[in-house]
Amino acid sequence: MTSRPETSVPLWRDDRFWKIVFQLVVAGIVIAILGLFIHNLRVNLERAGLEFTFSFLTNSAGFSIGETLIEYSPSDTYIRALLVGILNTLRVVLAGIVLTTILGVIAGVATFSDNWLLHKLSLLYVELVRNIPLLLQLIFWYFPVFLSLPPPQEQLQVMGLIYMSKTGIYLPWPTIGLPFWLSLGAVIALAIAAWTLLQRRTRAMVERAASGRPQAIALSLIGGIVVVLIALGFNWQIPQSPDPGQVQGGLRLSLEYSAILVGLVVYTGAFIAEIVRGGIQSVSKGQWEAARSLGLTPSRVMQLVVFPQAMRVIIPPLNSQYMNLAKNSSLALAIGYPDIFSVASTSLNQTGRPVEVFILLMAIYLLINLIISLGMNRLNQAVQFTEH
Amino acid sequence: MTATSPSLSPATIRHSPVAWLRKNLFNSWFNSMLTLVLGGILLWVAYSLVNWAFTMAQWQVLSANLPLYFVGRYPSDQYWRLWTALALITLASGLSWGLFSRHLSVLFSRGVLMGLGGITVLIVLVPMPGPYRARMIGLILLCTLAAWAGRLWAQRVTSLGRWLSLAWLLSFFVTLWLMAGGLGLPAVSTNNWGGLLLTLCISVVSIALSFPFGVLLALGRQSSLPIIRWLSIIYIELIRGVPLISILFMGQVMIPLFLPEGMRPDRVLRAIVGMTLFTAAYLAENVRGGLQAVPRGQIEAARSMGLNAPLTLGLIVLPQALKIAIPAIVGQFISLFQDTTLVSIVGLLELLGISRSILANPEFLGRYGEVYLFIAAIYWCFCYAMSLGSRKIEEALNTDT
Repeated sequence: MTSRPETSVPLWRDDRFWKIVFQLVVAGIVIAILGLFIHNLRVNLERAGLEFTFSFLTNSAGFSIGETLIEYSPSDTYIRALLVGILNTLRVVLAGIVLTTILGVIAGVATFSDNWLLHKLSLLYVELVRNIPLLLQLIFWYFPVFLSLPPPQEQLQVMGLIYMSKTGIYLPWPTIGLPFWLSLGAVIALAIAAWTLLQRRTRAMVERAASGRPQAIALSLIGGIVVVLIALGFNWQIPQSPDPGQVQGGLRLSLEYSAILVGLVVYTGAFIAEIVRGGIQSVSKGQWEAARSLGLTPSRVMQLVVFPQAMRVIIPPLNSQYMNLAKNSSLALAIGYPDIFSVASTSLNQTGRPVEVFILLMAIYLLINLIISLGMNRLNQAVQFTEH
Repeated sequence: MTATSPSLSPATIRHSPVAWLRKNLFNSWFNSMLTLVLGGILLWVAYSLVNWAFTMAQWQVLSANLPLYFVGRYPSDQYWRLWTALALITLASGLSWGLFSRHLSVLFSRGVLMGLGGITVLIVLVPMPGPYRARMIGLILLCTLAAWAGRLWAQRVTSLGRWLSLAWLLSFFVTLWLMAGGLGLPAVSTNNWGGLLLTLCISVVSIALSFPFGVLLALGRQSSLPIIRWLSIIYIELIRGVPLISILFMGQVMIPLFLPEGMRPDRVLRAIVGMTLFTAAYLAENVRGGLQAVPRGQIEAARSMGLNAPLTLGLIVLPQALKIAIPAIVGQFISLFQDTTLVSIVGLLELLGISRSILANPEFLGRYGEVYLFIAAIYWCFCYAMSLGSRKIEEALNTDT
């Protein structure tokens, strides 16, 4: 080899050069488009006599909101109106996450039931619900179902505990007061105690082949105390109906809230059922067989062996279902439940400030999703396989 | 609804009905109780549903508004254009059906043909104007004949598949032209598009537009170039973090603000832009899953053969990634189809929007149950067909790997 090896390639043959040029061009195009948009936005806003400012938030909102968790009157500021909306959204999202998880897990586990009817029913539920648009389902729950409840004079009642009529749904609810908080604290403490006891029992049974009987007795004792505490210490208010059409006490759920909650729970529950089913199927068959050969009953196999392993597969997609639930709660607008989206769109119509309101709205939803995601990631770490 | 005949489960064919019942419904006291409770509830639901459908429901809200459900306020003297478009699409799908059935003989079996026959009988039974009935039956015949022709044709012309893709692309534009008018046909404003027609239009156009955009975003997110990657990540996460309805509202309210004065794209177009921007972010994640599943060795082998980065991507990586991602992509399209209902909130009269406007008519006040059941059935059929198709494709792809 007489010629020296070529160390410097020409610029136009150099991969790195083209990579940088390509990135700069793309960034340039994006910046140019954004710049054009912002320029147009400024021109358009100027023509409408508006400037970009959030100062309208401290103005009086001037519209009333059907359901509020905190004190609110039309003379309050937009900030307070939006806060009312946020709380209403959170009320749907939190209750929704809890209920949809229960429904989804039950429906998902039910597909493995050896009861033919239950098995088919859970499959039917999933196929039916997943293939019909959520908005249609929400509207269906609200108009033909909840709005067709009888007028207050002919209210429906379930065993004197639940009353349903056009004015709302009344459920038994604890009285919030010192006894309630004391009992709740005691229940939580007992639950923690029961959890550690359960861990200890499992360890004792695994490591020392103990019978676990003393712990089992203690656990059932704790269970009994908890039941008594919940029944007596919570000061349950049962809705009373002294004369037809009037209901006192208990928790009143509006028809709008009930419809959005039921609709979201039924819809998301079907997706969670599929996730749970997939997770359980991912547990190898050997695990089932080994557990059965140890003499465990099918329900104990599911509870002790299969489900804990399935959790690892279930949790990541569950996270996105919870986020979907939070985002889908914005459809409450269609049935008149005043969630954050509906309050924001009323504010938008009144103030004519789309840009500011949308920025706020997006920030709020991103924040809610971020919180859900963080919580689920914590949970995910907790159930991950730890290899010793 | 659940009265599927017991003989469906293969393992139990040999058992007597009593043994089957004992094994599957009453094998323990708990299961017996469960069966009784669930059966009771089911019977009660079925009884009240049948009772409602035959005594209380007034189904004329459907028959009186049938054209509204399907095409909205499209001028009735221009219906022939829609029928022509439908015939074109039927022809193309019949030919593709025939082509596919060469590889998947299940598609052209007695069962499928009997299903078509069943649909024909259903069309004859459902009360609707005579000419519609004749045309529908004609379309089914056309589809079957085209499938048969396609089957024979594919044996002679091996490149039929490529021609069919071209035909699909063409039929897309021809259909749009037939719907909107122009070039010799009187224009029909999108304000008059409605019902199922608008639902299908929004979903098909959004699917067609969001697919390439989503693939680009997925490639961007996987790219080694930091600026490209970060732009893609920001876009995907921002869009996925907010509800679709806010994107649609933004499309309706903000798009005119972002454009120069006087430029106001019509509302259907704005809805399509919103749906596309939204779906692309989700599709990108689905495609990313596919990209991650392609083994590294494939890339290395392609590079060692001397392919450069774009060729490796286009010839080796992307085809495999898209194939892996098909179920997820179809799932995304199903949810896009369902999400088109949201444009009714921003005031477009697609299937759900037109139903709500029909219900606002004093003549049909309070007939929610009938109307919503009807459109729910339409959505269900479309979505179920799509998911069934995706499952079949998945199975077909699984067997050859």
